[in-house]
Amino acid sequence: MKEFVLIFRHSNKDTAKPSPEQMQERMNWLGGIAAQNKLADKGKTLSISSAKTVKPNNVVTDGPYTEIKEFISGFMIVKTETIDDAVELAKANPIFKIGGNVEVREVMVPPDVKK
Amino acid sequence: MLKNDNNGEKVKHTNELLPHLFRLEYSKMTAVICRHFGLKYIEIAEDIVSDTFLKATETWSIDGIPNNPTAWLYTVAKNKAKDFLKHQTIADSKIGVIVQSNNLEEKKEIDFEIKTISDSQLAMIFAVCNPLNSKEAQISLALQILCGFSVEEIADAFLVKSETIKKRLLRARKTLRNDNFQIQELNEKQIKLRLDIVSRTIYLLFNEGYYSKSSNYIIRKDLCLEAIRLALILAENPLTNTTQTNALLALMCYQSSRFEARENEFGEVVLFEQQNKYLWNQELIDKGNYFLINAFSGSEISKYHLEAAIAYWHTTPTDEHKWKHILQLYNQLILIEYSPITALNRTFVFANVYGKEEALKEAEKINLKGNHYYYMLLGFLYSDTNLDKSIYYYNVAAKLSKSKSEKNILRKEINRLKKMNK
Repeated sequence: MKEFVLIFRHSNKDTAKPSPEQMQERMNWLGGIAAQNKLADKGKTLSISSAKTVKPNNVVTDGPYTEIKEFISGFMIVKTETIDDAVELAKANPIFKIGGNVEVREVMVPPDVKK
Repeated sequence: MLKNDNNGEKVKHTNELLPHLFRLEYSKMTAVICRHFGLKYIEIAEDIVSDTFLKATETWSIDGIPNNPTAWLYTVAKNKAKDFLKHQTIADSKIGVIVQSNNLEEKKEIDFEIKTISDSQLAMIFAVCNPLNSKEAQISLALQILCGFSVEEIADAFLVKSETIKKRLLRARKTLRNDNFQIQELNEKQIKLRLDIVSRTIYLLFNEGYYSKSSNYIIRKDLCLEAIRLALILAENPLTNTTQTNALLALMCYQSSRFEARENEFGEVVLFEQQNKYLWNQELIDKGNYFLINAFSGSEISKYHLEAAIAYWHTTPTDEHKWKHILQLYNQLILIEYSPITALNRTFVFANVYGKEEALKEAEKINLKGNHYYYMLLGFLYSDTNLDKSIYYYNVAAKLSKSKSEKNILRKEINRLKKMNK
């Protein structure tokens, strides 16, 4: 089994306050992954309002780091055989209904840990 | 003639009373004496208590049962313990071993006050739940030491041979003796380290009784009652009366409230939907509510909280959103701890909220081949849309199931579906 981080991105700030129905849908999706025993870490949701970006020379700006208008709203880790399996899990996420996207990244394992 | 009759009466009374007293007092007395001597001497404590009961059998069948049988037992046990210490000190001084005799003399006399008993039992629970022992060993030990079950009764509960249980107990007891666990003074640190294991052992003990394949109804019910009794001991002490303990108690009360309703006169399991709700025990439901409110007085949410909340919804009349609430609780539960049975239950509830067809997609994903509950679930999910498949999966489940009563239920369902299929 390999681990993959799913990174959720949005451009719409309204999504920070999901409706009860949206919450339910997210939880069903998450529960569905856990029910397949493919959840490694349920991760965290990240605040949009309480966010700063620290740059060189003590420059601190308000808000998340956004060169493009997107921001990261959360992340979690799944465990699957292949990256394609992880992508399949991500495809069912309700984020696409509200214009978000999911980045899937394999977690690097140090060479000496690999068998 | 008359005298003989009288004696017969006495023997009969003694025979009826003793097993009851044994079950009730054996573990209490052992706990008190063992706490006094130290965990290393647990066998000695047990011998003293067994001797006490032996003496009771002999004496009571001749002289009749004393006015206060419990007090009689306590006095005899106390004297036997004192005698043992005396002999022990003499023997030790003879072979010149420097024993902690001072230590022993300084100690207070053994007493069987209510507080001493409950403190000792609490300490014993924590001693028995040793993380070095396997889960099964911990439960077997708990049953023997804390609940006064015989090896045969434990074997019956687990559906294994007595010999297996005997070996398991021997190994587990060795771990216990070699442990440095300070049973005299149960401190906060020990409690913190082991409370989770203690809760889990009680939880498993309860489940063993509630879901056991053993056909012995009395033993199964006893397991559940003992689990509740142990949890109540935790609730009595401020150090162990945590929100988690209350959640565990709430869960066990709700589940037990359906004990009479979930089995019919032939010993067959009655499914939840078909249970006679008038057989549910309202007193236990009320107690469950009480503990559930306590459980949610803090911020901690353990798996016991979630399971208790699910059990709460099951005891309430059908509400429009009932299954939605239950599904969300299952979603949270499976995030805390994956288990095949939680995954299966979640899918069943999913069907009640979104329909069987949607749930089938979820079921295919969880893919628990080899688990007979999985095929039961598939049989249920196909029952509206594809009778052939439904019958097929119920058949697979019936073949894999090890429980007679479950096989019967499944066959009934298969016959019902076959009639519909004609």
